[in-house]
Amino acid sequence: MSKPLIELRNLTKRYNNTTAVDGINLTIKENEFVTLLGPSGCGKTTTLRMIGGFEDPDEGEILFEGKLLNNVPAYKRNVNTVFQRYALFTHMNVYENVAFGLRVKKIPNSEIDRRVKKMLKMVDLEGFENRNVDSLSGGQQQRVAIARALVNEPKVLLLDEPLGALDLKLRKEMQIELLDMQRSLGITFIYVTHDQEEALTMSDTVVVMNKGVIQQVGTPEDIYNEPINRFVAGFIGESNIIEGVMLEDYKVSFDGMVFDCVDKGFAPNEPVDIVIRPEDIRIVVNPEEGMIKGRVTSVVFKGVHYEMIIESDTREYLVQRTKMFPEGSIVGMNVQPADIQVMKRGSTPCNEEEG
Amino acid sequence: MVKAIKRVYMGLVFLFLYAPIIVLIVFSFNKSKSRGQWGGFTFDWYIDLFKDRQIREALYFTILIAVISTVISTIVGTIAALGINNMSRLGRTIVLNINNLPVLNPDIVTGVALMTLFISLRIELGFITMLISHIVFSIPYVILAVLPKIRQMNKHTAEAALDLGATPAYAMRKVIIPEIMPGIISGALIAFTLSIDDFVISFFTAGTSVTNLSILIYSMAKRGVKPTINALSTLMFVVVLVLMLIINKKNDKGEDIII
Ligand SMILES: Nc1ncnc2c1ncn2[C@@H]1O[C@H](COP(=O)(O)OP(=O)(O)OP(=O)(O)O)[C@@H](O)[C@H]1O
Ligand SMILES: [Mg+2]
Repeated sequence: MSKPLIELRNLTKRYNNTTAVDGINLTIKENEFVTLLGPSGCGKTTTLRMIGGFEDPDEGEILFEGKLLNNVPAYKRNVNTVFQRYALFTHMNVYENVAFGLRVKKIPNSEIDRRVKKMLKMVDLEGFENRNVDSLSGGQQQRVAIARALVNEPKVLLLDEPLGALDLKLRKEMQIELLDMQRSLGITFIYVTHDQEEALTMSDTVVVMNKGVIQQVGTPEDIYNEPINRFVAGFIGESNIIEGVMLEDYKVSFDGMVFDCVDKGFAPNEPVDIVIRPEDIRIVVNPEEGMIKGRVTSVVFKGVHYEMIIESDTREYLVQRTKMFPEGSIVGMNVQPADIQVMKRGSTPCNEEEG
Repeated sequence: MVKAIKRVYMGLVFLFLYAPIIVLIVFSFNKSKSRGQWGGFTFDWYIDLFKDRQIREALYFTILIAVISTVISTIVGTIAALGINNMSRLGRTIVLNINNLPVLNPDIVTGVALMTLFISLRIELGFITMLISHIVFSIPYVILAVLPKIRQMNKHTAEAALDLGATPAYAMRKVIIPEIMPGIISGALIAFTLSIDDFVISFFTAGTSVTNLSILIYSMAKRGVKPTINALSTLMFVVVLVLMLIINKKNDKGEDIII
């Protein structure tokens, strides 16, 4: 449907002896909301800065609408950035901050006025025109930073943990507002966060990174339900990660049992990693009716559900259910074939020499 | 009780510090020419000051040198501070230590060193050598005033300007310079004050063709203190005092500079 807008090809950036970004390939489509997700130091900011033009890649190419962007200076790129700590111009008031990009382009004053006012209305800062940016709250400064970037009507907006400094409630509100703006303006967002929940709720596409390498690219559902490896499974939500053996297509063995599953294409008896989400394990009172037998060793009430740890003969399972089973009781556990996610072992696309 | 003693003690210290200046100011309004007695209030000495051609000329050079050296040292110092900020940590430490050396150096050493340099380069001492000297000793202070302001600025501010389409030159003019302007103004005020204030370095680098106020006062005093000297010194004290008050006022507003 929509065309590719930005392509990263084998993009690499090294600092002295660390490889911050290690040969990543990524295609970003028009109007897409793409999130770069990963732990601290995995190269998210570096990737964003290379797209923005603030960091020169050591290898690889950045294409924008099919044209090479590598040697285009930052001020000529049709992308705008919302910086992590806002980086507002403190000697200008709110109005002038937002107007800056338009003044640079020598747009007539009457149009600047119209567009700045419209933008301030959009971010809910009407009447703040003459305020000094230092006198604003964190959330308000954040909105000025967003307005200052969006007023230029860029094709792409880069956001580096834009909500990182806000409290939880404001964060949730701003998430919704950002999504609304992205939809209504039809701008491609490249969003950086290390908060997996934020990534899952906001994005069309999530890019999970670790140690400068892309681990998995997919929709939030794909990433959550079908993590490609241990790292992604462990980083996105809570999960049971179990070592097992793929006996043949649709048959996997772990915890001394053979289970039906929906995965195929492995070598016979290939060792694999298996992910089962805690909410996908059903508990039956009669242990004999369960595929796995176990003893409840801990129960914690979490509001929406109870979180229980159930110990089988060989390992522990994390289980979330709305019904509570008392500590010490022996129960049975069942898992649907579709809820067993089989992953290739050692498929972590990671620089082994760094591990 | 202890408080009272503390107050008296503080009062004595300040009295001791400011007594000479107060005496100077009082006697600049003294009608009687002799220093021992009070002969009534007068503005005559101040009027005499402006009738004296020598003093007018010295005032002219003092202000001319202060203005030119302030402008040049502020520009050079600001550019240097921007450069130092972009250096690696090691480079920055080295350059800052080199920068602080002339600040801590006794003026007389700086003065003699500059004079020796000019003579060895066969540059005739005069207006130009004095001007160069004032520029040279002001630059480190400007750097010390501007650098903290640069470091306070969000390190992505310049990038934000480029990101919004500004060329590097436009970003410098419209964003970086205005952002650090309070530091630049402090630096300029310090440079101006130091230039007006300076005697030792001027004395060694002025030669015989130019005279500024401090040199003039010195040579007049050698020939016996005339009441006009009191008046002239009072005026210089007031000017420097006002400049210092402005600089400190800026500091109070949180626009910190180190000096
Ligand atoms: N200017 C730099 N000089 C040296 N090393 C750097 C520089 N910038 C980043 N790095 C290194 O590159 C790696 C990736 O950094 P990056 O800032 O891209 O991580 P990140 O994913 O944004 O992390 P965070 O979530 O903490 O912001 C890190 O190991 C970091 O130490
Ligand atoms: Mg980062």
